[in-house]
Amino acid sequence: MSLKLNIPESAEALPSLRSPNGFLQWISTVDHKMIGIMYLWTALLFLMTGFVEALLMRIQLMRPENAFLSPEVYNQIFTMHGTTMIFLVLTPVLVGFATYFLPLMIGANEMAFPRLNAFSYWMFLMGGLLLYFSFFTGGAPNVGWFSYAPLSENFYSFEPGVNYWAISLLIMGVGTIGAAINFVVTTITMRAPGLSLTRVPLFVWMVFVNAFLILAAFPVLNAALVMILIDRVLNADFFNVAAGGNAIIWQHLFWTFGHPEVYILVLPAFGIISEVIPVFSRKPIFGYEFVAASSVAITLLSFGVWAHHMFAVGLGTTFDAVFAATSMLIAVPTGVKIFNWTATMWGGSIQFKTSMLFAMAFLIDFTIGGLSGVGFAIVPIDWRLTDTYFVVAHIHYVFLGGSLTGGFAGLYYWFPKITGKRLSERLGRWHFWLFVIGFTGTFFVFHFLGLFGMARRVFTYPNLPYLGSLNLVSTLSSLVLGASFLVMIFNIFYSLRKGETAHDNPWDAWTLEWLTSSPPPVRNFQFLPLVRSRRPLWDLNHPEDPDWKRK
Amino acid sequence: MDKILDSIGKFFAGIFVSDSAEAGDINSLFGKFLIAAGIVAVMIAGLVIIAAIRFRAKRRPGMPSQYHGSNVLEIVWTGAALITVSYFFVLTIQTMRLINQPFQKGRRPDITITAHQWWWDMRYPEYHVITANELHIPVGAKLLTQIRSADVIHDWWVPSLGRKVDAVPGHINYTWIDAYKPGLYKGTCSEYCGMQHAWMRIRVIAETPEDFAAWIHHQQQIPSPPTDSLGLAGARLFQDNTCGNCHAIAGTQATAHIGPDLTHLASRQTILSGMLPNTLDNLKLWLTDPQKVKKGSHMPDFRLSEDKVNALANYLEGLK
Repeated sequence: MSLKLNIPESAEALPSLRSPNGFLQWISTVDHKMIGIMYLWTALLFLMTGFVEALLMRIQLMRPENAFLSPEVYNQIFTMHGTTMIFLVLTPVLVGFATYFLPLMIGANEMAFPRLNAFSYWMFLMGGLLLYFSFFTGGAPNVGWFSYAPLSENFYSFEPGVNYWAISLLIMGVGTIGAAINFVVTTITMRAPGLSLTRVPLFVWMVFVNAFLILAAFPVLNAALVMILIDRVLNADFFNVAAGGNAIIWQHLFWTFGHPEVYILVLPAFGIISEVIPVFSRKPIFGYEFVAASSVAITLLSFGVWAHHMFAVGLGTTFDAVFAATSMLIAVPTGVKIFNWTATMWGGSIQFKTSMLFAMAFLIDFTIGGLSGVGFAIVPIDWRLTDTYFVVAHIHYVFLGGSLTGGFAGLYYWFPKITGKRLSERLGRWHFWLFVIGFTGTFFVFHFLGLFGMARRVFTYPNLPYLGSLNLVSTLSSLVLGASFLVMIFNIFYSLRKGETAHDNPWDAWTLEWLTSSPPPVRNFQFLPLVRSRRPLWDLNHPEDPDWKRK
Repeated sequence: MDKILDSIGKFFAGIFVSDSAEAGDINSLFGKFLIAAGIVAVMIAGLVIIAAIRFRAKRRPGMPSQYHGSNVLEIVWTGAALITVSYFFVLTIQTMRLINQPFQKGRRPDITITAHQWWWDMRYPEYHVITANELHIPVGAKLLTQIRSADVIHDWWVPSLGRKVDAVPGHINYTWIDAYKPGLYKGTCSEYCGMQHAWMRIRVIAETPEDFAAWIHHQQQIPSPPTDSLGLAGARLFQDNTCGNCHAIAGTQATAHIGPDLTHLASRQTILSGMLPNTLDNLKLWLTDPQKVKKGSHMPDFRLSEDKVNALANYLEGLK
């Protein structure tokens, strides 16, 4: 007996929610573009949620011994803020762009496994909702986004929050692994004729490499989550020292996932930057091979650096020295990338579109975040600054100054392709400058807070020199940051309705996603040229001087 | 103008305050790192901004030369990055060895510090002295300090005295503590440890060797029992109200060490791990409703009447 499977197909590219069955079409879709869009909307929703949490923390910390939030509320809020921003904002922004653009950039009409793709999204969304449901069950998780044992054990955190945290991360983790499998198989099997792996856009390279990172790192997290759940729900003692367990094992497991996770969240942003900078500099990426190869180096090295999160644990000089060496080494391929992007701008003809402005801010802010990261590889400096606000500065320079800024560059770059409308450049400039001012004012002072003795994750602090004034500067700046997000959201809604219509290739870019219409039809491509170089659209538009003739 | 420059100078000098050899070693390495990082950051930002100005489309319309890269440049900057991190790796190893100086196996630590949710138990094994939250040390001596935890993971951190050390249950760490000159050095727990992580402050009081010896001698004495009626009533309350199940006061039947040792409570500057100044009124506030003062703390609310609070606080504040 043969079983005929009915794969639901969207009738039109972007069905309106108001049209009959429009809503049904969205929730039943297996189209990679619609799923990509849903990822991005969900990320925006959680970005606002995470930002409100951040704002509450900033209000609480704006002066010493403030009593705006009680400690138990503050501790839930900072845990939810970290978990939200990492798992529910940065992950879906980058997975969303990858889901939307990976097939388009390699000339494919779909992902390799469309239904797995939909499954991944819904797992991610349900995991996120479950995490927030914990607020209604007697308390959200309150042990930080890395949930150190034994604090996360039942004995010290008996509320169900940590259970929700572990289960929802497990569910999201399954979704992320599904997405990664999809990225790998799609990249390997569905490239257009002639588009070899040495010719795919660098964004594809980064997503491809990143998928392997996910496939290796997330199972470790999932295993650790299952262990803590068994400890909590079935009274096992993996991490319970009193019963012969080992609390340090949790840290090893978590950071074996957690450090690659940092690269998981930044590699796709590297990919976006590697697309945006060449297009707005009007010349090809400088050192394609080196940008691609350095990502592979980062991927491999990122599994050997986890214990630089544990230098204060007291694991011995030799142990610390080994991880200091690997952690310093991983700075090299990252630095190589920064040089290549800067060199791409050099000698170009630079157009200051909002997307390019964000890409340039990325170069500077990510460099600062990367450099403070090298500081943490230098063990004695780590002994002074780990778990202080200096780390909080570092993580925000990497995640906001790096991943999210890269995401904004991608938003302004690809919005015309996704919607057929351009985002307003005028509002974009407001968004950009408010963001840069707000971001720098909020987070640069964190470096000094750490140096002046403010530990991270404190719901309040005594009135020691400089702490009050620096915190006030940060809180006021965070309002500017909030204004920049509001401008961005207004820009999105305004441009969707009244934005300038974008033609197929508004930036005169060179990769395949710009070949099809804006927005692309359900079937992405009606025709594909034989790809003979890394810039197929350049070749198409410059038959007199194609890339493949150049050497 | 001079005033502004002066305060800016003070601000940056504040970053490099070192009150011990270990802190000095860390700060000297941090200074070198800051210079190198500053150069790199200024270089990258400078290149980006110069490129943006020099190569802006307005100045250079039309399609620029389609240049794909340079292997020589790639080798140059990869090499430069490798040399820089190698230099810092060597410094890292040297500084680690300076800070973590080895000690003879089996040597008795001068101090043992046990972190609890949310206070510090501090002991001087040689002198049989137990105190809490405020560590007294003699200047000029390098003290071997054992750091451990009674519950979750905490972290010992006094910024101007040197490295931080995690207090990990089931795992004993050692570090050296010393200070150049007498003074009060403030620190805090620096690993998130639950609800009152913010109020797990540290005070290190460095004294001349003579003052330290006097302090130790004083701490070794059994506090004289109260003589006034209020103090006597408080002492009786302390024994009757199961206070001794968690706390110890030398010379009485209370010998438990689940909560802070109260033998010389009145000699301390603060109560509740640096949360409040050690005054009679603050102690009364605390005894009246511990969960209101420091929520989540493991001190139960005994629902004591005002009279009882008064008696108990007077007794405890008499423990000089």
